[in-house]
Amino acid sequence: MEQKTKVVAEEGKQEIRISRVFELPLESLFKAYVNPEIVEHWMGTKVIKLESKKHGSYHFETTDPQGNKHGFNGTIHEFEPNQKITRTFEMENTTFPVQLEFLEFQEINENNSKLEMLIVFKSISDRDNLLKLPFAFGLNRAHNKLEELLSS
Amino acid sequence: MKLRRDVFQAIADPTRRVIISMVAVQAMTPGAIAEEFDFSRQTISKHIQILTECELLKQEQTGREIYYHLNPEKLKEIANFIEPYRKMWDERFDKLETIMKNQPNKA
Repeated sequence: MEQKTKVVAEEGKQEIRISRVFELPLESLFKAYVNPEIVEHWMGTKVIKLESKKHGSYHFETTDPQGNKHGFNGTIHEFEPNQKITRTFEMENTTFPVQLEFLEFQEINENNSKLEMLIVFKSISDRDNLLKLPFAFGLNRAHNKLEELLSS
Repeated sequence: MKLRRDVFQAIADPTRRVIISMVAVQAMTPGAIAEEFDFSRQTISKHIQILTECELLKQEQTGREIYYHLNPEKLKEIANFIEPYRKMWDERFDKLETIMKNQPNKA
């Protein structure tokens, strides 16, 4: 079965390419990136600010299960409705340097659309560290589960 | 020939993740591992077997007892793989798709 979301991270490069085909009209996919309420919903984050325009910026905040708040922010460099968004992405209070993101939206047909994302990192090791994050979270979850088991 | 197991399949199971994090703290006998769970010993043995086959756990004989400990090299190897990252985006995008499909006025 073909995977809907593809991720390519070539060895020795400081970039990640993500692509995904959606069973959604292009306008609908793009709206999910612009409407703050919808962004909050699928990203699982609080939208403090989202100015979808050139020279605009955004500020998101998530709360982890321990109640700690994590901020994310960036500046929007290019904004062309239903076509592209170019922006920076920064995870606040972490050692990760700012990333540069190129998002391209394409219509496949009336009911299907495609998103291609190119993320550029400051260095190859910064990219590799980011790729490891979800795995680390998985192990944290295992630890939390362990604590639950031990305290019950 | 050694049976090749999918490491991600191995760590996808919550019980096996708990076993990994337990053994990460200290080497344990199969009996000690089983005691931490409500499942049957057989069920836990099966989980341990899978983790051993994919080399996440290593066996060591100490006297009469077999101790399992974590193979950090293998864990490091997994950490380099892309799959958990891809899954994270896949789940996020699935959510986006579901939400937008249920929007009353689509465009």
